Amino acid sequence: MPLDPSYEGRVYPPYPPYLVGREKLREFATAIGATDPIHHDVAAAQARGYADVVAPPTFPIVLSDAASKVIINDPGLGMDYSRVVHGDQRFAYDRPVVAGDVLICQHTIESITTRGGHDFITTRADLTTPDGERIVRTWTKLVQRGEG
Amino acid sequence: MQVGEQLPARSYRVTRLDLIRYAGASCDFNPIHWNERFAEKVGLPGVIAHGMFTMALAGRAVCEWAGAADAVVDFTVRFTRPVVVPDDDSGTEVVFAAAVKQIGEDGLAHLELSATCNGEKVLAQARAVVRTNG
Repeated sequence: MPLDPSYEGRVYPPYPPYLVGREKLREFATAIGATDPIHHDVAAAQARGYADVVAPPTFPIVLSDAASKVIINDPGLGMDYSRVVHGDQRFAYDRPVVAGDVLICQHTIESITTRGGHDFITTRADLTTPDGERIVRTWTKLVQRGEG
Repeated sequence: MQVGEQLPARSYRVTRLDLIRYAGASCDFNPIHWNERFAEKVGLPGVIAHGMFTMALAGRAVCEWAGAADAVVDFTVRFTRPVVVPDDDSGTEVVFAAAVKQIGEDGLAHLELSATCNGEKVLAQARAVVRTNG
């Protein structure tokens, strides 16, 4: 079944607040081999003007991916995740994510198109502080391959 | 960085252990990234790296080129081909290169990135915008 195109423009309720942990950032940086001290050493991060260790650029996917379940599991949209592959990914930063940040992640479906029997869905996640300061936006394009 | 400059290629080895570590760090436990039986059952040539792991490595290269781990302002990629990671000690290797396309008056450098594994492109339309003014 194809995706329901009337879901284009839908804004979902925000995911519960996500507290960015210092050890989670260190673990993520270690997993990708990012050795810069501002990912690991609080003093080095503070010397560069940050309150705590700084996230590598793709770290927000940890939150936006978890929060995207609201879309993937939306029964009305009709996504069959077993046929889905990750097409494109983008991050646009207002400032880096730092340990201690509390992030609110809210998803919007920006577009749904069909081409050659495949469905393409682009979602945007806005990551803000509880006060509404915008930190980073992420766009994910998923491709749902046609059945059969 | 200068407009037109080709930045020195960065090569990163990727093993099964790296995928397991990334799965834990990112909370992405899709079995295609660690379970050969499952990966083959869904038609893949074998266990493949998380697209987001490849993008994270590209981001690491970008930060190294920029000389600052907090330099990235905008970063986008398209996943074109899976990075297959064999079940051995040496794994595979992904090579990242970049060209400086533009540097704005705001000090932002626009990089065009490439990523290859076994000579084949694994990312397309890969671009990063980085601060160059510290």
